[in-house]
Amino acid sequence: MSKRKRVVFIVVWVALMAVILVAALLVGGTGESESIKVVMRDAVLHGTNKVSLFGLKDVNPAYISSLVVCGVLLVAAALIRIFAIPRFKMVPGKFQLVLEQLVGFFDNLAKTSSPHKNTFLGAYVFAAGVYIFVGTLFELFGIQAPTTVGGTISLPAPLSDINAAIMLGCLSYLVILSGGIAGAKIKGVGRTLKEFSLPISMSFRLFGALLSGLLVTELVYYNISLSFVLPVFVGIMFTLLHALIQAYVLTMLTAMFYGEVSEPPIKAIKNRISKSTNK
Amino acid sequence: MGIPLNVDWQQILLHLFNFVILAGGLWLLLYKPVKNFMAKREAYYKDMDKTASDKLAAAEAEQEKYSGLIAKAQDEAAELKKKAMADADNAAKAHIAEAEQEKLRIIDDARRAAQAEKNKVLQETNAQIEEMVSAAVDKLLVPAGSAYDSFDDSGKE
Repeated sequence: MSKRKRVVFIVVWVALMAVILVAALLVGGTGESESIKVVMRDAVLHGTNKVSLFGLKDVNPAYISSLVVCGVLLVAAALIRIFAIPRFKMVPGKFQLVLEQLVGFFDNLAKTSSPHKNTFLGAYVFAAGVYIFVGTLFELFGIQAPTTVGGTISLPAPLSDINAAIMLGCLSYLVILSGGIAGAKIKGVGRTLKEFSLPISMSFRLFGALLSGLLVTELVYYNISLSFVLPVFVGIMFTLLHALIQAYVLTMLTAMFYGEVSEPPIKAIKNRISKSTNK
Repeated sequence: MGIPLNVDWQQILLHLFNFVILAGGLWLLLYKPVKNFMAKREAYYKDMDKTASDKLAAAEAEQEKYSGLIAKAQDEAAELKKKAMADADNAAKAHIAEAEQEKLRIIDDARRAAQAEKNKVLQETNAQIEEMVSAAVDKLLVPAGSAYDSFDDSGKE
């Protein structure tokens, strides 16, 4: 791009931003339909704004988000399986490299945290990590859904709903328990039950982290004066960061506890070693 | 009394339903095939590495074998050379001995021939001496007048 073209581009870009800003200020909003207190309360409790699930039941908006995220991920996975994976090469291209890094990261996480038993753990942390990451980024799109009370609501991250967070926290605990049973039988169950606070802590860690992101974003967007420039950082950078952090934290914790509880008793390890040396 | 924070068991199960489908789908469509491919590639490179090390080991064994053969051949060549040198030495010695014998024979022959010649010359000389002696004796034994007369007659003339 020549210098002149670059200057023209910058001038047009700045002018466009100024026009849109002035237009936004001149047009004005429909007014604040809800107080900040109501908005915050609803973000936490989902008492007011519900979305109808195909007319069957009124659900929290996060459940619709969950459906969309799962659908998008499954379609993307199917497309990758059909079109990309059969074309994989021994020397990977960029896309193949990204996929291999992603799978390799969770596989390694499972292998390093739980060297004795990790096949199921790898698959679980991969699914959980992808779900948390993509689900958290999903709130950036701001997809609107009609609520049962008449208005619209921007679909939040699936895990900013306490129900989804409880589901993932408890499921992770059950996965850890299954690892304990598979790896160390009754001893594994004991070890898992010892960490009885884990489902609550994991659930609320997820819920708290994602909800806080949602609340900060809501707060920023609530005041029109804060809605310029600031959302670039608050909305995108923070969302990206905590999507990464939460995906890593939950998968890492699950893998770590799984490895701890599924560790075979020392006697079993000794037996295994003596058997292998005898062979 | 409701559950705090509006926790809804039905929605928890619905979320679980979604997630189980997602986890199964991702495992089947993405995680397993990609992992399988990575394992296949690892096996391919391990196999390649193993083939290369096998070939290297075979080449090293071959090199060792041929080094042994070369050393053996060198030893054999040295042995042959040594033997050839000894043979040549022996042959030379035999030739020299033969030449020595030939020399002695030639000298002996020459000596014998010289002796024979000498004997022959001596015999001839002896014969001549004998002839001369007999002639001289004959002359001595001839009567004096006749001989002297003959001599005197010839003086008068």
